[in-house]
Amino acid sequence: MPTRPRRVQIPVGPQHPALKEPECFLLTLEGEIIRESGVRLGYNHRGIEKAAESRTYIQDIYLMERVCGICSHAHATCFIQAVEEIAGLEVPKRAQYLRTLIAELERIHSHFLWLGVAGHEVGFDTLLMYTWRDREVVMDLLAALTGNRVNYSMNTLGGVRRDITADQKRDILEAVDKLEERTEYYVGIARDETTLIQRLSGVGKLSKEDAVRLGAVGPTGRASGVPRDARRDDPYAAYADVEFDVVTSDHCDVYGRTVVRLLELKQSYRIIRQVLERMPEGPIAVKAPRKVPAGEAVSRYEAPRGEDVHYVRANGTDKPERVKVRAPTLANVQAVGHMLKDGHLADMPIVIAAIDPCFSCTDRMVSLAGSDRPPGVLTWDALRRHGIAWYRERGIDFADLSSRLARPEER
Amino acid sequence: MTREQCIEQDLTGTFPFLEGAVRIQRPRRMFVDVPREHFGAVFEYLARESGFTILCAITGLDQGGMLAALYHLAQETGIVLTVTVAVPKEAPVLPTVTGYFPAADAYEREMVDLLGMDVVGLPPGPRYPLPDDWPAGEYPLRKDWRSPEEAPLPEAEKELPDAD
Repeated sequence: MPTRPRRVQIPVGPQHPALKEPECFLLTLEGEIIRESGVRLGYNHRGIEKAAESRTYIQDIYLMERVCGICSHAHATCFIQAVEEIAGLEVPKRAQYLRTLIAELERIHSHFLWLGVAGHEVGFDTLLMYTWRDREVVMDLLAALTGNRVNYSMNTLGGVRRDITADQKRDILEAVDKLEERTEYYVGIARDETTLIQRLSGVGKLSKEDAVRLGAVGPTGRASGVPRDARRDDPYAAYADVEFDVVTSDHCDVYGRTVVRLLELKQSYRIIRQVLERMPEGPIAVKAPRKVPAGEAVSRYEAPRGEDVHYVRANGTDKPERVKVRAPTLANVQAVGHMLKDGHLADMPIVIAAIDPCFSCTDRMVSLAGSDRPPGVLTWDALRRHGIAWYRERGIDFADLSSRLARPEER
Repeated sequence: MTREQCIEQDLTGTFPFLEGAVRIQRPRRMFVDVPREHFGAVFEYLARESGFTILCAITGLDQGGMLAALYHLAQETGIVLTVTVAVPKEAPVLPTVTGYFPAADAYEREMVDLLGMDVVGLPPGPRYPLPDDWPAGEYPLRKDWRSPEEAPLPEAEKELPDAD
């Protein structure tokens, strides 16, 4: 008599099965098939929203930049747009164009990064090596333009902090040509490479109806045929002045998400060329007041992973009353649960990676180590001292070791 | 008449008590304050009849005596309408909107954890975003909450030998 396979629950996490970030999935399996899934987030909650309330607007720009290590320009710009709206600042056109330029360079580096991760998750490590090598082109460019590879610190209230020179403009165009050539190559792989197509097709299905119902954003939504893109629907910076297509796909699976990101890269090159061609001369910032009048604003920004939403409320002082950050991963988490359902356990890493999750953005806070700390929980410092004493009792002395490892001049 | 003004007229026509409560801040940005007792009806009308099919986020706010929830709703047209509803801090009860937007789950749990909002009808699930051993009754996003950073060390730790 056939019996229904026994259901087994396994926790996956808090160490991420695909990326180096913590969250925990509780999967209910029937054999190799995932029947139900639940997710526990919050391991990376750092209290950034609370911290923002006790810092000035200028300090908060740098804080917001650190919400995410990839979409740093996205969060800083999204925040600053809200503040500028409340303060009634008219940001110069040139600054809007420069923000758009950095935004698209950031999208390129993020999509290349994702492509590498996706390759790695399906055992196609050559793709990882190739794409991450190519990604260095745009990273170098960002470093040359802003001084940093990731936290660019490009924004300031009322504009941007750095202009670009004619030489830099030429460098950008050269790099874009080179990257476009490489992208064409990857598009060819995605179109012709049977192994890759078969590995990704039908994996992590999300129908258009479900994508809309569950509120999927960014490439995740667009790969299920949802043509939403804040750059076109709710234009900010210089996006109203440039032409580009919102790339969608009706594959509704991981393959579709790959295709959408690849073709979005080509749109980014198109935007960058237009931005450089049409960038008006003029100032790059206006003077901003230290105190911002009372008011509120909602800002949207199409980050590489999907829509960022910031809400800022000002109370007339130099510090915000409230800053709310909604990162795209939080909007896509419901969709992930749905994608995993009835799929294979072995597909889990690539399905999760395919939304290009960022749990640091999503979480934003730290745990309370206070008077209610349960007995047996140590502070970091106490743990360190305890560890050193524990080893010393067993005859291992790190003080000795570190003196032996020290360079001669330190001895 | 702009699209925003059309929405305002439609809202105040359907719900006369919203007269004067709608604010158009700039193209594509609108705000409306909704009395608590009418929140359910207004929200249903917006989500089901007015094309506000996207929930961008929900912001929780400590306003002193009141807690407020701000629902940032968007249309495909790019118009974002922020619906603000305030509830007294002693009984901060709000209905869940997960029936309209399943993704509201995370935003509502955030208000529960960080502000102590009582969201009625949330489906069972893990808390978010605070850790499981977070002390009850501590709501970090409330304005009067302070982080006990300088808390005294438990006795057991003081006895550990200094290592240098």
